[in-house]
Amino acid sequence: MTDMQTQPAVVPDFGDDDETDRKLVIICSKGNLDMAYPGLVLANSALGEGIQVELFFTFWGFDMITTKRQTKLKFTPVGNTAMHLPTGGRMPQWLSPFPGMTWVATKMMKKQIDDLGVPPVDEFLDQIVASGGRLWACKMSADMQKVTMDDLRDDVEGIITAADFMDLSEGAQTLFI
Amino acid sequence: MSTTTLAGREVHVDAEGFLTEYDEWDEELAQQLADQIGVEMTPEHWDVIRFLRADYAETGQTATTRRVNAVGGFPVKKQFALFPKKPGKKMSYIAGLPKPAGCV
Repeated sequence: MTDMQTQPAVVPDFGDDDETDRKLVIICSKGNLDMAYPGLVLANSALGEGIQVELFFTFWGFDMITTKRQTKLKFTPVGNTAMHLPTGGRMPQWLSPFPGMTWVATKMMKKQIDDLGVPPVDEFLDQIVASGGRLWACKMSADMQKVTMDDLRDDVEGIITAADFMDLSEGAQTLFI
Repeated sequence: MSTTTLAGREVHVDAEGFLTEYDEWDEELAQQLADQIGVEMTPEHWDVIRFLRADYAETGQTATTRRVNAVGGFPVKKQFALFPKKPGKKMSYIAGLPKPAGCV
């Protein structure tokens, strides 16, 4: 009987008892489709790991939370020397500013994102908020672009100043995207 | 990979304690896995776990919280309420599946 003893089951540590209050603040400053996603993916992932997340939108990043614009973000190959063609090889830079190229490139990227089961920007933000993430807008950008809370998603917590941002990001790991 | 005894039988687990053999799982075992991580199973919990099992059987991958919402129809908010803090990992642990491999 003695040698029939088995080891107690290994139970994964999900960190429920940890006292850490890890917090991530992501500054989203870009309004291009391809640059919207890094912040969204990281925010979503962090929330799924029990990390508090605050997203701060500034300058061109405002397009991600502006209701009229958030579904219309674009991707352009202009100035992007890492742009590859589906057939392999690089896309010649002289070709990228041609009329219609941004439309084509945006369409292709949206399809690739959708194929991976990754939601469009507006739905992704819905998911982030449902997971407990909070959205904030930058006061100076709002003033410059003459944007008010009425133009933004309903779940944006507020338009805040740089000083407010300092409070928000206290003790947080901060990413600028 | 090693084996351990859960619910009175020998099962294969990885270093973290996640089951590695799909067919070694049943609901009695799931109940014990849930107890071990402090999740009190309700009919709503079971609905999610059964979806994960069925979806894995179909796709060969553990559904992410996004997929559990989009395909399974369980809102993300609900998932966080049922499996607090780390729903993706907790759901897959109880369902006897690997952690979700997808980023989203």
